[in-house]
Amino acid sequence: MALRDSVLAVWRTLTRPATFFSLGFLTLGGFIAGVAFWGGFNTALEATNREAFCISCHEMQTNPYEELKQTIHFTNRSGVRATCPDCHVPHNWTDKIARKMQASKEVWGHLFGSIETREKFVSLRRTLAEHEWHRLKANNSLECRNCHSAESMDITKQGARAARAHEQYLFTGQMTCIDCHKGIAHRLPDMTGVAQWDPQSQQPTRGH
Amino acid sequence: MRLRLLMAALAVLPVLVGAAMAADSPRLVGPKPFTEVPAAPALPAEVTDDVRKMRNYPEQPPVIPHSIRDYQIDLNFNKCLSCHSRRYTEQSQAPMVSISHYQDREGNMLGALAPRRYVCTSCHVQQTNAPPLVDNQFRDLDALASPPGGGR
Repeated sequence: MALRDSVLAVWRTLTRPATFFSLGFLTLGGFIAGVAFWGGFNTALEATNREAFCISCHEMQTNPYEELKQTIHFTNRSGVRATCPDCHVPHNWTDKIARKMQASKEVWGHLFGSIETREKFVSLRRTLAEHEWHRLKANNSLECRNCHSAESMDITKQGARAARAHEQYLFTGQMTCIDCHKGIAHRLPDMTGVAQWDPQSQQPTRGH
Repeated sequence: MRLRLLMAALAVLPVLVGAAMAADSPRLVGPKPFTEVPAAPALPAEVTDDVRKMRNYPEQPPVIPHSIRDYQIDLNFNKCLSCHSRRYTEQSQAPMVSISHYQDREGNMLGALAPRRYVCTSCHVQQTNAPPLVDNQFRDLDALASPPGGGR
């Protein structure tokens, strides 16, 4: 009964017009509070979108980050480099928020140590890789295309092999980046049974 | 006394022989004294023009004419096979791994690449544009078999 009373009291307060505060104060104050909240929210969101935040967990620091450091997405002739969120967090707002909510699972994984040792990480590597393959396949390799656009790709500057493959599979929309470019930033898991990758795969090959 | 002299002579002998042989052997150190640290030469560029090179002798493992940076060859996966395995040669237009690589060491023909041939880069390597360190006097077998005069 007491609970019902208190809920009712709160409801009455919320629905009753303001007695002491002016409409100007409430609207302006609400606006400023809104700006402060939204700014704070975005700042916090951006803070979790930095590489330093990603590798503040030892799982990320010792496994994927160390592997990335060897690759062309970390060190190359022009010095442009991709950080973790460039590839792993969608850039537009709705997708980003969806991904951030998904990432709460990763906080859980960190707290309960699901990949706390190298052995645990290696044994889960295929599962973790598949999550990313599926995500990039589903969004047509959106995070790749934030930097590498097919429209700006000058295939005459590419090697003959690359030019042919891009012309035949990428420009026709038959395949997307991740279909061929798996394992470009981290080591590949056991690829047994992965279509287009396993040399003994039973699935039919794409192409002609 | 005589014994001691003999021992001394024996001890000096390898040094003398060594010095005599060193005159003929190539220098293993550069022009600078070994106490100085010379500047490292620039890394030569890789040859990645996708043009197949002739083999210098029939058994030579063909060299790799493309970039193989970050290619993974380990227990999990062999990146070379994603183009050069029989299954993927049509879509990649890459030369297929030679059938000789299907044979295990007992001589049995297997259905796919033999495990002993798995590590491609133990034999197949990339080339760079580095100038040769020493003059190469290799002569092609054909040049030996049919000398310029045409006689046999």
